[in-house]
Amino acid sequence: MALKGNLRDFSTTQLLNLINLARKTGTLTIDANGNQSWLCFKEGKLVYATQDERGGHLAKMLQQSGKLTDEQARAIQQRMEIKNDKELGLLLINAGYVSQEDIVRSVRSYILNNVYPLFTWSDGTFRFDANMLPFEDRITIPISLENVIMEGSRRMQEWERLQDELPNLDMALRFVERPDARMRDINMSVEEWRVVSFINPRNTIHQIAQFNNTSEFQIRKIVYALMQAGLVELVLPEGVTRPAPGAPDKAPATMRPPAVKRGVVEKLIGFFQQRQ
Amino acid sequence: MQTVKIVVTGPFSAGKTQFIQTISEIDVVATEKKISRAEERVKDQTTVAMDFGRISVADDLVLYLFGTPGQRRFDFMWEILAEGMLGFVVLLDSVKPETFREARSILDTFRAYAPVPYVVAANKQDMADAWPPEDLRIALRIPPEIKVLPCVATDQESVQHVLLELLYSVLELMDAEAEE
Ligand SMILES: Nc1nc2c(ncn2[C@@H]2O[C@H](COP(=O)(O)OP(=O)(O)O)[C@@H](O)[C@H]2O)c(=O)[nH]1
Ligand SMILES: [Mg+2]
Repeated sequence: MALKGNLRDFSTTQLLNLINLARKTGTLTIDANGNQSWLCFKEGKLVYATQDERGGHLAKMLQQSGKLTDEQARAIQQRMEIKNDKELGLLLINAGYVSQEDIVRSVRSYILNNVYPLFTWSDGTFRFDANMLPFEDRITIPISLENVIMEGSRRMQEWERLQDELPNLDMALRFVERPDARMRDINMSVEEWRVVSFINPRNTIHQIAQFNNTSEFQIRKIVYALMQAGLVELVLPEGVTRPAPGAPDKAPATMRPPAVKRGVVEKLIGFFQQRQ
Repeated sequence: MQTVKIVVTGPFSAGKTQFIQTISEIDVVATEKKISRAEERVKDQTTVAMDFGRISVADDLVLYLFGTPGQRRFDFMWEILAEGMLGFVVLLDSVKPETFREARSILDTFRAYAPVPYVVAANKQDMADAWPPEDLRIALRIPPEIKVLPCVATDQESVQHVLLELLYSVLELMDAEAEE
């Protein structure tokens, strides 16, 4: 028999606690916010978590952690004869693309990234199917639940605070115009950099998150940090949605002028001429 | 307030950081990232130093300069950086022929991401064994309509000259489009 219920009555924290203490083996399925999540456990340890029915693809995980380039990951994913992540992992290690350590780290962070958002969900249905373990062909990593629960709770508190500080993701961002704003040579993670390079009054925070596949929690955290550092500020969006940048193969071969007014270019020219 | 973006790309050690540093009005500040949690240690591995300069052109106009990260495993970010840029500068290390092939491939990739105007800057022209721009044009098969400019990234006037030439190219292209 499956354990069933609603997160309103029994929270993610409580669920994980139960699974940990009872050393359960099986799969927890959570249905919330229109998303399904699957969390797999073996003897009370988290071994896998995904929001993808078929499980995450190893190539994608390695790409997300910066171990493979976009192009490499795409090429691998298109080669359908390698269906099994374990097989693919071996192949990549043997070919010298990544190390075993890279794979473990990437899968681990994939798993955790699929678990932490669940802590912030206060509504949604769950069921735990004992002894059911799908995704057998995926690489699993045993992670002890104590730390996951601690970190998850911490994030829940942070989440509440961030929601207070940054309630509206439909706002846009712009760089502050103070001359002492210092932004060069800042060490940023890939995720942070992705966000920064999209900062523009035309893009809402929400759009930036969607386009980069960044979770709400993550984008709030990044934006909040940039705001705290005095580098960006919130503005009303201009209301123009941007098209996704064209993939290289789709890009036209002929040169086009940028989408900027002639007057702006003239201003720039005037500025540099006068400084020469 | 309007902001415009120019991207500076090129092989490792071509002088991208120097180029942006020379022209930018803001200080170089390296911020330390706190690493407190296990899964953040993973992120730390993917941390990249990014070049990011700013020039206040007028009360209502700011120019941002972005440098592309050196490591090829960050290539995927080029597409993101390229979005909405005014144009780009391809910096060459004029004293390192072993980087020319890489420079050519970077140029091709970037051009495909965004077909906006660009110029090629033959950097480190102050060094004795620098290849002259016109030889570099041939070596890298740069088409005649693209400018190959001499550059010394440590020299502000030289950097400004490169940016100006890029802006002229942008303007020319706008005029050509307008005539059609
Ligand atoms: N002599 C000379 N050295 C330069 C010039 N531009 C950059 N460098 C030096 O070349 C090295 C690499 O420059 P850097 O800006 O870090 O290259 P990046 O990897 O493209 O960012 C540094 O030691 C710079 O000081 C130049 O125009 N002339
Ligand atoms: Mg650099």
